[in-house]
Amino acid sequence: MARLSDLPEWERHHHLDKISALPDYGVTPYVLGPPLNQRRVAIVTTAGLHVRGDRAFEMGSADYRVIPGEAPAGEVVMSHISVNYDRSGFQEDINVVFPIDRLRELEAEGAIGSIADFHYSFMGASPGHTLEAKARELAGLMKKDGVDAVLLTPV
Amino acid sequence: MGALGHFIEREGLATAQISLIREQTAAIRPPRALWVPFMLGRPFGAPNAPDFQRKVLRALLALFGRPSGPVLEDFTEDAPVDAAGETAFACPVSFAHADTGSDEPVKAMRREIAQLAPWYELARARRGRTTVGVSGLTIEQAANFAAGFTGDAPAPVYDASLSAGVALKRVCDDLKAYYYEAVAAQPGNLSPREIDRWFWFETIAGRVFLAIQQACLRSDDKSLQPLGKLSLVPRAIAHALAEKARTAA
Repeated sequence: MARLSDLPEWERHHHLDKISALPDYGVTPYVLGPPLNQRRVAIVTTAGLHVRGDRAFEMGSADYRVIPGEAPAGEVVMSHISVNYDRSGFQEDINVVFPIDRLRELEAEGAIGSIADFHYSFMGASPGHTLEAKARELAGLMKKDGVDAVLLTPV
Repeated sequence: MGALGHFIEREGLATAQISLIREQTAAIRPPRALWVPFMLGRPFGAPNAPDFQRKVLRALLALFGRPSGPVLEDFTEDAPVDAAGETAFACPVSFAHADTGSDEPVKAMRREIAQLAPWYELARARRGRTTVGVSGLTIEQAANFAAGFTGDAPAPVYDASLSAGVALKRVCDDLKAYYYEAVAAQPGNLSPREIDRWFWFETIAGRVFLAIQQACLRSDDKSLQPLGKLSLVPRAIAHALAEKARTAA
């Protein structure tokens, strides 16, 4: 479905037109690490998720929300400003956006070392370059949690 | 999304991301990315498909083993499709909004919400959760607040710290989530597009939302204008309405 060739022309243009406005982020950094079964994994999503009662996202939000690893699925809600993507999947099963149960299964079978105590969410409608300061701050928090593998998941 | 990969990896943490729009990811060149052919909003494919979700997750995690980058790999398997599938994409749009009877739309929407309540409660019980509740209002309060924007005198914002636009966005998200969760519990196993079309073209709430959008666009309140332009009616619905208008002309 997200193959551009499958989208209506107006939608295809909408996505392609954004490319020319993307900043150049320079040389791609590349960090190596231990085998997967020794890594500690965190999720950072741009789905605009947060724990019920935490600050909802607004247009232009460039900060993040904390999602404790033990937060029940029923306590995680979505306040992304975009209406141009499917939410029915998330409503039915949190794992289609935030695959916390799948990670727990992979941890149990030893495929990954462990799961971080905390996960995080930005709201992806904000321009990427506005997220830099908070992303760097977040990296520091994840290092303190022992994380060495970060899964970045959009909507 | 790709920008986050650059920023976090520069701080010494390895990242691997899902890509939903391959062309954009290729332009940004994040450290590791797995393009998936799924609809926007479903980066791990499909709800209640744990085996498939695990397969996507394993493919994403495998990128950490690549010796050099940037890496952009493709996951080409389509997500499992439920019984309703994507056939709704080809269905004609009826534009047959529910009849409001003799009631004004606001009252009719309240009645519609009451009629959906058993389905909403069933969905919540089956799923063990609901995504309604971002605004903090009850669904009836949310309906009253939203509908007020179709008249001359909207109610005061329920939280003085919020602009009218932010408050209205949260309320509209709650209302939509209520309708979407309720209809998903009904027989028929509707596809995501069928649910969209049902909400926007067959419910009174859809009609009220379109009226709210017009009110936002006319408003002098700068917090309401962007809501009307960008964050209330999906592009696909706006195009369907424009096409209908062209056909009717």
